[in-house]
Amino acid sequence: MTQTRYYRTRSPEPEKEKTGGGGGTAMRVIVPLQGVVQGRGGLVLGSIIPCALFYFLQFYLKRNRDDPDDKNESNSTSQNPTTRSPSSEHLTELPGLTRSLSRALLSPRNSGPVSISARVSGIVKGGDSPYYMGLKRVKEDPYDELDNPNGVIQLGLAENKLSLDLVKDWLAENAREAILGNGKELSVSGIAPYQPFDGLMEFKVAVAGFMSQVMENAVSFNPSQMVLTAGATPAIEILSFCLADTGNAFLVPTPYYPGFDRDVKWRTGVEIIHVPCRSAENFHLSIAALDRSFNQAKKRGLKVRGVIISNPSNPVGNLLNRETLYSLLDFAREKNIHIISNEILAGSTHGNEEFVSMAEIVDQEDTDRKRVHIVYGLSKDLSLPGFQVGVIYTFNEDVLAAARKLSRFSATSAPTQCLLISMLSDTKFVRTFITTNRERLQRMYVQLVAGLEKMGIKSIKSSGGFYCWADMSGFISSYSEKGEVELWDKLLNIGKVNVTPGSCCHCIEPGWFRFCFATLTEKDIPVVMERIQKVLKPVN
Amino acid sequence: MAIEIEQPRVGLSKVAVSKTHGEDSPYFAGWKAYDENPYHETSNQSGVIQMGLAENQVSFDLLEKYLEEHSEASSWGKGAPGFRENALFQDYHGLKSFRQAMANFMEQIRGGRAKFDPDRIVLTAGATAANELLTFILADPGDALLIPTPYYPGFDRDLRWRTSVNIVPIHCGSSNNFQITPEAMEAAYQSAESMNLKVRGILITNPSNPLGATIQRSALEQILDFAVNKNIHLVSDEIYSGSTFSSSEFISIAEILETRGYKDAERVHIVYSLSKDLGLPGFRVGTIYSYNDQVVTTARRMSSFTLISSQTQHLLACMLSNKEFSENYIKTNRERLSKRYDMIIKGLKKAGIECLKGNAGLFCWMNLSPLLEKPMRESELALWKVILNEVKLNISPGSSCHCSEPGWFRVCFANMSEQTLEIALERIHKFMEQRKRN
Repeated sequence: MTQTRYYRTRSPEPEKEKTGGGGGTAMRVIVPLQGVVQGRGGLVLGSIIPCALFYFLQFYLKRNRDDPDDKNESNSTSQNPTTRSPSSEHLTELPGLTRSLSRALLSPRNSGPVSISARVSGIVKGGDSPYYMGLKRVKEDPYDELDNPNGVIQLGLAENKLSLDLVKDWLAENAREAILGNGKELSVSGIAPYQPFDGLMEFKVAVAGFMSQVMENAVSFNPSQMVLTAGATPAIEILSFCLADTGNAFLVPTPYYPGFDRDVKWRTGVEIIHVPCRSAENFHLSIAALDRSFNQAKKRGLKVRGVIISNPSNPVGNLLNRETLYSLLDFAREKNIHIISNEILAGSTHGNEEFVSMAEIVDQEDTDRKRVHIVYGLSKDLSLPGFQVGVIYTFNEDVLAAARKLSRFSATSAPTQCLLISMLSDTKFVRTFITTNRERLQRMYVQLVAGLEKMGIKSIKSSGGFYCWADMSGFISSYSEKGEVELWDKLLNIGKVNVTPGSCCHCIEPGWFRFCFATLTEKDIPVVMERIQKVLKPVN
Repeated sequence: MAIEIEQPRVGLSKVAVSKTHGEDSPYFAGWKAYDENPYHETSNQSGVIQMGLAENQVSFDLLEKYLEEHSEASSWGKGAPGFRENALFQDYHGLKSFRQAMANFMEQIRGGRAKFDPDRIVLTAGATAANELLTFILADPGDALLIPTPYYPGFDRDLRWRTSVNIVPIHCGSSNNFQITPEAMEAAYQSAESMNLKVRGILITNPSNPLGATIQRSALEQILDFAVNKNIHLVSDEIYSGSTFSSSEFISIAEILETRGYKDAERVHIVYSLSKDLGLPGFRVGTIYSYNDQVVTTARRMSSFTLISSQTQHLLACMLSNKEFSENYIKTNRERLSKRYDMIIKGLKKAGIECLKGNAGLFCWMNLSPLLEKPMRESELALWKVILNEVKLNISPGSSCHCSEPGWFRVCFANMSEQTLEIALERIHKFMEQRKRN
């Protein structure tokens, strides 16, 4: 089935032409000339070799650009398009070319405004995907039962307000001492000076313990294998920098969290190859699909460095079962690639399915441990995204060493660490929080799913996360991304409900939407249902 | 494509295995020696005294006093406002109250001679992140930034490692007190051109690290003119702006822009942090202040990789918006740093050592070139080793700061008690006496 790519017209390529950062006809003319002028081995070789290179490059580029299954190209949705097409990746491997390119094409000095780098100039024009636009609309006009009953209700942000009261109460009682004293005398000199950038050991111990707890003590985590970062976002980016070179790629099952496009690709120049999951398999990961994508990439000369899975997954809310995880490890071993397992929602499971961490799968003695890296964080499971605590957990000494050094660019704040050491060491509080939180998530999930079902909207059975993944394909005007976005728009502007359309998550089937329920109260659910009902007009 | 799939070892990226983190240089080797044998006033009096870390510990008591008297800064009691907005999904704009407090603080430091708009402030987890972020934004891989020498050794890592951007030095020398000249800037630019590197900007640190001196107004004007002339960016790292010994001697690039009616401002970006002036490096608080809208927008989005904890923002917003506290802090901190500086200069003079005349920062720039066997880098490193292993002081050799003249060393004085500083000065004195005798 073909998807009309509604946003394809907003691809960054026109911008690239202007800034001269990526492909462009002018570049192709200048390149061989430069080669002639600077070529070693005389004028003849100096012209033949660069020209040969040039023609080879041209042929290569033409092949890639004409690829019909263009999903695997630099998946620049309009939110954060990288201006680097695959062609520019190859250019950077031929050192003389990019430099002469940028010098030749940029406007002469002393004229026009001072330019910013090509790698980001596309971003300034982008950033208007439904994902971000919806968030903006809610911010401008947020629903409030009393003060703003006609405002936009937020179902597009995977944050958890359901158990915030528990955290709030704990902080009200304990925060002050926790930040400064931890029972000892008030001491700024304890938290003020330079600390190890990858986190205080005491804090790592506390986080390791917490991770174990949320995963039902099925596995224990060694604090010495952790690097703490200012949120999970830099954790993913740092791993991307460590495991792949510019121009390499990761396989990522779709639909996936829209932020990956930024976290994995933006500054690293690494590509994401979509591995489509389908509703027929309830969007479960298929190793066969991974294999297919890997081979396709190989044919195109893209070096795959790893697979990134999210477990529980976002936006579907699936758990990967033990068997799949073992098969995934086999696959990674066979291809000699890495696995990044994003387990940031491990503590936000609800329902009866068992959560299995990649850490459990990797055997004690297994040398394959070196290819497994786990990402975690406190934003989801502890409802504290503002505190910026992310975790890289790896069995690979080299990755550990590199990530430790890179954490200097994204370090967690010392007073926050002290505060959380206290909170996480309060085992009674943590136990109560995890249990209560799970109950509340389950309750809200059930209610939301039931409400949608009454309107004929079915969801995939989810066991984790703050959302449900619902099929609204029966209600879109055309079975395409365009139809889906139209419905999203109606839901936002007429229904005043912000949900996330599947195309933002690169879902291969149009019509799927993510509804986050953890920012709602039980009273909000009927209001949400009413508003959705208003918008829906069944289409054959 | 060097790594074969048959090999059992799963490979890492070039970034991961690169040595650009620079941790093998003497700058960091000295730290290792300190870590292995750290001086302690009572328990390890023969240990290595750390004089290679630019940390400000002279005003902790002021911070402690504030936090003791203002519990609302570190708590979320029934009365404390805005908890929900604090802990919840705080986006990359950061707390408005904190940005406002930072803008005010920056204005106070500059004696009100420049104004800062809180909406032009982008928050990052430390100045390290701010500098890297700006480099990503202003330059492409393979491009170059011009930086006057001697410069902070961390720049080699922060500006180049993940960004693949080059640094081309602007050489400054002792003949004119290491001031930046138009000739030196032009020479650096030409040097970059000859290497086929596109220059995207010039980055200055004002007050300078490691010189411990502010850049003069005329030089700032020339630097800005140079940037305009070449149509490149100007990044001014003003991380030590609050650590000047007198309030009048520091001139910010913001003031220069103010007098020019903000013409050409869109190429200027200021980096600031609370790590030095407020002595809070553990809090991870840095900012980018840019007069360029595109840069502000982009930097804001990119700051997703390096956000400041909302709890920390809340705490500092309370503290910095307390005018009484901030005015007193700035004033007292200056006085104490000035006193320390006088102490070390006198002590070094007594030992027969001259320093560059400084007026800011947490360190002094010491001239040991008369002690070098030969005016060469190797002799400087040999001397550095002797000072580290025999005198047991970790100081930073000028070569790690890319100083073109061997024999200069950066000596930090604010990261220890006065007593420890006395001990360090005694050791230096003894060392110099011994050398005279030999």
